[in-house]
Amino acid sequence: MTSPAVAAIAERYEMVVGLEVHVQLKTRTKAFCNCSSAFGAPPNTQVCPVCLALPGALPVLNVRAVELATRAAIALGCTVHGTSIFARKNYFYPDLPKGYQITQFDRPLATDGCVVIGTRADGSPITVGVTRVHMEEDAGKSIHDRYTAHTAIDLNRAGVPLIEIVSEPDMRSTVEAGAYLRVVKQILAYMDVSDVSMEAGSLRVDANVSARARGQTKLGTKTEVKNMNSFSAVERALDAEFIRQCGLLDRGEKVLQQTMLWDGATGQVRPSRSKEGSHDYRYFPEPDLPPLVLGAEWIEKVRSDLPERPAHRRQRYASDYGLSEKEIDVLAADIALSDYFEGVARQHGDAKVAGNWVMGEVSAALNARGIDIGDFRVRPADLSKLLNMVRDSMVSHSAAKRIFAIMAETGNLPEQIAQREGLLIVSDDAALREWITEVMAEHPAEAARFRSGEKKLQGVLVGFVMKKSKGSADPKRVNQLLAERTGT
Amino acid sequence: MTLPGSVEGRAARLATAVCKGAPAEDAIGRSYRRSEEIGAGADGLNIVLWQDEREAQEHARSVAHRIDEGESKLPLAGVPVAIKDNIATTTLPTTCGSRILEGYVSPFEATAVARLRAAGAVVVGKTNCDEFAMGSSTEHSAYGPTRNPIDPARVPGGSSGGSAAAVAAGIVPIALGSETGGSVRQPASFCGVVGIKPTYGRVSRYGLVAFASSLDQIGVFGRTVDDAALALEVIAGRDTLDSTSADRPVHRYRYEAGTTVKGLVIGVPKEYFPASLDPGIRELCERALEILRGLGATTREVSLPHTDLAIPTYYIIAPAEASSNLARFDGVRYGLRMTGDGLQGMYEATRSSGFGAEVTRRILLGTYVLSAGYYDAYYRKAQEVRSLIAQDFLDVFAAGVDVLFTPTTPTTAFPLGAKSDPYEMYLSDIFTATANLAGVPAMSLPIGMVEGLPVGGQFIAPHFGESRMLGAAYALEGVLATQAAP
Repeated sequence: MTSPAVAAIAERYEMVVGLEVHVQLKTRTKAFCNCSSAFGAPPNTQVCPVCLALPGALPVLNVRAVELATRAAIALGCTVHGTSIFARKNYFYPDLPKGYQITQFDRPLATDGCVVIGTRADGSPITVGVTRVHMEEDAGKSIHDRYTAHTAIDLNRAGVPLIEIVSEPDMRSTVEAGAYLRVVKQILAYMDVSDVSMEAGSLRVDANVSARARGQTKLGTKTEVKNMNSFSAVERALDAEFIRQCGLLDRGEKVLQQTMLWDGATGQVRPSRSKEGSHDYRYFPEPDLPPLVLGAEWIEKVRSDLPERPAHRRQRYASDYGLSEKEIDVLAADIALSDYFEGVARQHGDAKVAGNWVMGEVSAALNARGIDIGDFRVRPADLSKLLNMVRDSMVSHSAAKRIFAIMAETGNLPEQIAQREGLLIVSDDAALREWITEVMAEHPAEAARFRSGEKKLQGVLVGFVMKKSKGSADPKRVNQLLAERTGT
Repeated sequence: MTLPGSVEGRAARLATAVCKGAPAEDAIGRSYRRSEEIGAGADGLNIVLWQDEREAQEHARSVAHRIDEGESKLPLAGVPVAIKDNIATTTLPTTCGSRILEGYVSPFEATAVARLRAAGAVVVGKTNCDEFAMGSSTEHSAYGPTRNPIDPARVPGGSSGGSAAAVAAGIVPIALGSETGGSVRQPASFCGVVGIKPTYGRVSRYGLVAFASSLDQIGVFGRTVDDAALALEVIAGRDTLDSTSADRPVHRYRYEAGTTVKGLVIGVPKEYFPASLDPGIRELCERALEILRGLGATTREVSLPHTDLAIPTYYIIAPAEASSNLARFDGVRYGLRMTGDGLQGMYEATRSSGFGAEVTRRILLGTYVLSAGYYDAYYRKAQEVRSLIAQDFLDVFAAGVDVLFTPTTPTTAFPLGAKSDPYEMYLSDIFTATANLAGVPAMSLPIGMVEGLPVGGQFIAPHFGESRMLGAAYALEGVLATQAAP
């Protein structure tokens, strides 16, 4: 991943990275009103007096959002506080209807978490501290390129619940930053708190980056890098900013504390025109909402109801299914694919076979179609039926692949397809004998050599029968019947 | 509940009559005729900003229809009510006395207004107020000052001056106002009517255009204690649309004739009777206390030592919250929009032509006290002092005092234009702002006249002690009424 240019600089300078991850919570409604928080509706159709900030409207906290935020905080190893306080972050912007964002400031929901992002050569874990997890609301969207000389505002997103996950400046390379993001994303997906899609904007990342000479313990001046729309953009932007900062340091210049914007087209970062650093947000406690008080019992209930965490699932795959590290990497990476695999494994009974199919045929089919497992027509119950048919010698392995392809296309059931396509294995002796007789008649030379005791000809004849039956004959039985003929 | 004798207010008598079949339209018509007679419009006392008689009459007929359908116990059936212009109504504009909201009609109704309507009340008009409720004289309205019906050369007080004047002028027996720092009690005192500021959280703020959210509370005006108590009973109670509304039962606020105050311990805080107090006001307060003692109450001098810090504290917290609450008036979604150079220019042009001088002053003040580097010295410090002021009240109530009695204001209504210095104006809320900072309920009722101008006496009760406070007010009002009678 790391480019040669970065590798060379990294001998002299160390990169220090902290990440701020904004995640949209998967609630049906917005954080402080009953509007739908669904993505993709026509502009300004999911708005009400509260999220439009009409005079006299007041926020009412969505309890479901608190539950999801708490779940995420616990999964990120944080301490969830019994009392947290909403605050107003004041600034003027057209897509911020109230002129302030409701967020949490000096009393966040949760603090002091930690995630493991990998293992060092000596086997010790590489960890990244999670400074805080707090709740806040999203702003609307400004659309600058739709109408000439005008900016359009879509407020559907205004008030959608978010959590902000702030890490400690614990990452020392682009690789570590990327690993942190993937681990956090995986945890949140497993916790079912968010769609965690950077494309749909439900996961957004800002990075704080600084550089310091190797051996230094004091942190260098950091910049905030924004406007990255994928994990790989984050990685490329971090490299670009690191190279820029090291260049300044090499020339004896100072790094200015400022906001840098990533430009994916040029692969460069440039200073943001708006002076983000000079903003005074005039935070103060939000008087429209009482302090958020969570009982210890309630927090414990969320903890005990927590969905399975990725690390636990990996362990289970090793101990219960006997899967290899590599197989687990593939099968447990994505919660949806993993759930799919477990469905097949449970219903079919053989996790190895299920795993091979999911990693092989299923993944290939998804890639070919460019779809997610959620949109795949073949449900785990159907696939396990097909695998059962293979196990019970009702269809051959190669026939099963053909059937699967048709299932993926049509969504039909495997039995129907096998029958319609004549792919069921024929093990009825009368039918098989008839094919054998015909094959003997059609290939008299081979038949004669076989009868005279040339054993290796048996395989050739079986092949003729398989061909004649279009693969549907049970090869085992054909062998047996041929052997009977020679009396051996 | 039917109240016998003179204790029952005009609103209750009217509602009973309408429930028994008296035409609701007549009462509404009378309200408008009275309004015309005394010149409540823009060219007169300038009490009512927005009204629509046809719509109101239509509403009156719908109330009559509900009664015909069997809703025989509407406590405010056919009662005309006026609503301060910073409380959202769907039938009339809600402009907060500001240019920035000129012509704005809310698509939703304030919970308090919805509850009044559900009880059978008919909204006859929106009343003038200081712009965004910032002021103590109703001179700071973009639509011109309101004049006091008792003496048109004088202010009605503020910021709910229009609602106080509407009740004083006999246009309505009940009106809604709002308080952030005395904005109901002070005009009630200046206009000679009853005004109640309930406990913070007692009445939903949903639909009240926010000035300073941690202080704002909708209050009621009544011609008599009973009118005000009846209105409060109707609008009080938990509302899920306001997270700061209290989930506590609404006690009985109305009392019957001959209410006793025997055994009641009334605290008289010495800080509210400074040497500079108008002697006429002092005398009327002493007479009121004498009456209460005569009814079996005991009075006791107490101290609320942090009283003098209330105004400076208030003028840090209220503007701070206001600077944030008024950020939404940005010309983007509704209200006034002026063109300017780019986005920043649009903001500047819109807000500088939309807001008046007092509102601008408070936004600047509030922005300043919240700024990085000043927050601890001002806002945080003010919150600490606020706790001390609240603790003063908790201490006296814990020491056995049931209610406090004080003058509502240090002076009677002053002439228009008399207070050009903002700080002078702010001091007119010196006895009222404390209850807002502490969140306790308080009310003003007329206790006499000085040189032809009304004087208000104030009761202050512990949190959610409205019932106790009203009991004392009913008793005092009853005796004062008999004394005034020829």
